[in-house]
Amino acid sequence: MSGLLEAYAKVAGEDTISHLRQLSSTLGGMKVVHVNSTREGGGVAEILCRLVPLQQELGFDARWEVITGGKEFYQCTKGFHNALQGNPVVVPERLLREFEKTNLENAERMKDVLEDADAVFIHDPQPAPLIKYFPNRKGKWIWRCHIDASQPYRPVWNYLKRFVAQYDTSVFSLAEFSQSLPHPQYIIPPSIDPLSEKNIGLPEDEVSRVAETFGLDRSRPLIVQISRFDRFKDPIGVIRAYRLAKKFAPGLQLVLAGGGATDDPEGGIVLGEAQEAAGGDSDAHVLLLPADAHRTINALQRAADIVVQKSIREGFGLTVTEGLWKGKPVIGGNTGGIKIQVIDHHTGFLVTTPEGAALRIRYLLLNRERREEMGRKAREYVRRNYLLTRQLREHLTLIAGLHHGSEYRIGMG
Amino acid sequence: MAFAVKDCALAAIATGVRAHNLRELRDNLLTVHPGSIYYHFWGGLLRPAFENREYMNDFASWSWKAHGLHDEALAERLSVIDPTDFEDLEELRQELVEVTSDRLEESEKLRLLHADRPFMFIRSQIVIFDTYAAIEHPSRFPMAAPMMTPSSFFFHFIDARSRTKDRVDDFREWLMEYGDEFRPLIDRLASLDPYFIPLAELKEKIVGIFAGYFAGETV
Repeated sequence: MSGLLEAYAKVAGEDTISHLRQLSSTLGGMKVVHVNSTREGGGVAEILCRLVPLQQELGFDARWEVITGGKEFYQCTKGFHNALQGNPVVVPERLLREFEKTNLENAERMKDVLEDADAVFIHDPQPAPLIKYFPNRKGKWIWRCHIDASQPYRPVWNYLKRFVAQYDTSVFSLAEFSQSLPHPQYIIPPSIDPLSEKNIGLPEDEVSRVAETFGLDRSRPLIVQISRFDRFKDPIGVIRAYRLAKKFAPGLQLVLAGGGATDDPEGGIVLGEAQEAAGGDSDAHVLLLPADAHRTINALQRAADIVVQKSIREGFGLTVTEGLWKGKPVIGGNTGGIKIQVIDHHTGFLVTTPEGAALRIRYLLLNRERREEMGRKAREYVRRNYLLTRQLREHLTLIAGLHHGSEYRIGMG
Repeated sequence: MAFAVKDCALAAIATGVRAHNLRELRDNLLTVHPGSIYYHFWGGLLRPAFENREYMNDFASWSWKAHGLHDEALAERLSVIDPTDFEDLEELRQELVEVTSDRLEESEKLRLLHADRPFMFIRSQIVIFDTYAAIEHPSRFPMAAPMMTPSSFFFHFIDARSRTKDRVDDFREWLMEYGDEFRPLIDRLASLDPYFIPLAELKEKIVGIFAGYFAGETV
């Protein structure tokens, strides 16, 4: 067994890796390409940076390509992102032209790679129009939507649908996100990589060192929310919940931390709003971390007593998975993929308001045993359901399915 | 008479079909893809789950649970349907339609009731593949089985009931090839109800039954 697969076998189990190898062997070293819009920052890049090497070790000719664009391109795609999550965003015609022009330029650059691939995974709306520039494509094209598109703003979705409908299939994280499309829509939740810098086990002294760097007192309770500075993550609501809980737990500390992503022009504005809301409180830490601060984020999550992800819209919420994997109870917004990860009263609590979050914070801070019990359940739940190896298996199943038509039973090998 | 070990992987595919009330559930059951009947009966055993299932199929769960129809009688009647009693998925579909239609006739309240969350019809696609492993004789099973994946147990112990002639699991079918030699072992396997147990636990129980039998344990 190769190094990477062996390392995963230690965490996910030998049988899981053996299953992947057998399934892969039936697919005969296919050429698989993933395309997204950023090499770092955000959950998609984090998944791809390990999924692709794993596919390579399993015998696939796997590649990861990134489309590039200018400021107006990312302005446009950020508008799409917000609109797919339900915000009524009007995207000007000028930006739409830039969006399509950028995709055409990228299509020309990636022509040889994409045209011959057996399976092309296009992640999220940014590269969605690529397909129209490949009328002679050889393989199956898959549009992978990582966003909560359950109630998209219709004018924007109708525009994007013109491209998405051309794919052989699409993939959504939850059944609720699926749309009316003329092709099969697979349901594949994302996953975390247990061996990445963000999730690997850390020595206790490293966790303490990181906490000290940010002026955190480890003898006092700490709640942590890790996420991009995005209004859908409700950073202001988290600060309000912290303030409400702090009245009953005066030693409480808060960390709101996130990195910037190259495809998110709104991040700076929301960061400013959060800093202003937290202003003057030395126990409320609003941190903008570099995109590669994975180990720091890991340490902050491990230093926390409770992980919070009080999103009001969420695709899947990989930061929830990360918190659960570290054995922390998670207080999460009752939305999107958080609902299938935070099992109310088992792995954490689902809440809808800052007041609800404050109530649960107070309860968990008072009940150490309950916190630890939830944490143990949380880690095992992720081990069984949300590690990268499960997502990889479902990608392979999808590829097998696509190459064998629409039958519901497919015999391979 | 070696046992060829196979494995499987299940893909979930959204159908876009939703039911907000019992009438819509019944009407959609009439036409939904057969893979959806399979998924909502058996797929739950391969899906992420935190606790043991209270009901043995998704239709029953939705009929009762907090955001569904809150109808305990319907949940109980749907839950008792044993899919192995039916020749194929079409017959199973008919049974579901009958039970839901009967309940619609009985309860005026249910005809009007809207669930908080709709029932989302999902269909499955099951990919079956060879592992190229074989178990030469039943006595070798306790040594070989720990290497088998939980999904392999799903395929041989649960999925088998939808495709074998006598609606039994593959292990029993294999043991029957030896005539009555392994009858007590066959009986022990027959008494294992697989529908409420997580797959990893099911695997342990099956391996335990084989190991106990060959160690000379009596029931």
